[in-house]
Amino acid sequence: MALLSERLKSFLRGSRSSAGPPANGGNAPGFASRPGQAGVLDTRPSRGLDQFFGSFRDQTGLSILDLGGACQENINFITSLGHKFYSEDFLRIFQETFGEDIADQANPGRIDYFLRRSLEYPDEQFDGVLAWDALEYMEPALLAATADRLLRILKPKGYLLAIFHSAERKQTVPCYSFRIQDPRTLQVGRHGQRTASQQLFNNRSLEKLFRKFDSVKFFLTRDNLREVIVRK
Amino acid sequence: MNVWNKQRREEEPSRPLNTNTIRPAPSAPPVEAKKEATTLSSMSSMPVGRMEPESRGGSATIGKAVKIAGQIFSREDLYVDGDVEGTIELMDHKLTVGPNGKVHAGVKAREVVALGAIQGNVEASERIEIRKDAKLVGDIKTARIVIEDGAYFKGSIDIVKSEPKVAPSQPRPQPAAAPAPVPVAAAADAKR
Repeated sequence: MALLSERLKSFLRGSRSSAGPPANGGNAPGFASRPGQAGVLDTRPSRGLDQFFGSFRDQTGLSILDLGGACQENINFITSLGHKFYSEDFLRIFQETFGEDIADQANPGRIDYFLRRSLEYPDEQFDGVLAWDALEYMEPALLAATADRLLRILKPKGYLLAIFHSAERKQTVPCYSFRIQDPRTLQVGRHGQRTASQQLFNNRSLEKLFRKFDSVKFFLTRDNLREVIVRK
Repeated sequence: MNVWNKQRREEEPSRPLNTNTIRPAPSAPPVEAKKEATTLSSMSSMPVGRMEPESRGGSATIGKAVKIAGQIFSREDLYVDGDVEGTIELMDHKLTVGPNGKVHAGVKAREVVALGAIQGNVEASERIEIRKDAKLVGDIKTARIVIEDGAYFKGSIDIVKSEPKVAPSQPRPQPAAAPAPVPVAAAADAKR
């Protein structure tokens, strides 16, 4: 009962400020802004990345959106291919908007406010979106709205790369940053922990999440990581 | 011993790092510097022409307590540690936005270094550097970009190859004091 009351209060607080200042100043514990803070770097092959850039082979001048915040490696790689690089520090905006308030992520006003801050682009603007693990921390209502917005801003036959770590329910999940070393290799930095979504990310739930897209392809790595390529 | 130099040395230690003045180039005579030292209130009524100091190889500074709304054109490097709203054009020069700087303007410069906040589109013909803790919201057009970890950037990056400067086909007339070597072919043409 107390929990329900707390959630209701939180929901109401969110609706009051649906277009106003963020619920949390971005200083909530457990969040490390990425890729600003150096973390443990690991290099590993990525079939998802290979597939993503393989689909744009021999093309230049495409618009690629990186939701992981700007980092030198990704800018260099994408612009060296002749593409235009767009950057959004998606998790930073997510944290500033919702903080650790899970209930707020179901509030339509707050969802709208968040999407206006983070993914306010014309329809069919991008040929590709690198979402990395940005979708992993979201609760179902916000996640579904974000997937819809991503579908809208992608061009037909555009690709989205997303990464999901958890197929098991956990309290917290590690926070990562992803840097492109070459078309098949990622440098993965680890930056502490953050509260995990209550949503499970197995193949079935991911197919459901991206059901409006044309195709969904999974690459399961040996460390139980799901790289997902979806095509509009 | 030059009197001016002596006076400058005496003044320098007391000069704060960030002042609320537009400073002229360091090589300017101190008397002129006093004349040009201007607070915000008098700046707003100043004609635009006064904002264009002659190129003396130095850099102009907008201190952290200064707020400017309007257009800035400069023929020397500019350091902004205050608030600027409008447009900034330094076609062949460098703009540095200091850690306290807040630029809400379209920027065109040869080189841009951001340590503070820029909101607006930036065209840097040579390079742009976004340092740690800087915040840039806007679209960037440049030949080269350097972004440090920890910087916040929201917008697009368009890498445009800077066109190599074409050497003039005929050598320009040089001052008599420093004659430039004339290419043999050109010299032969001149004799004819």
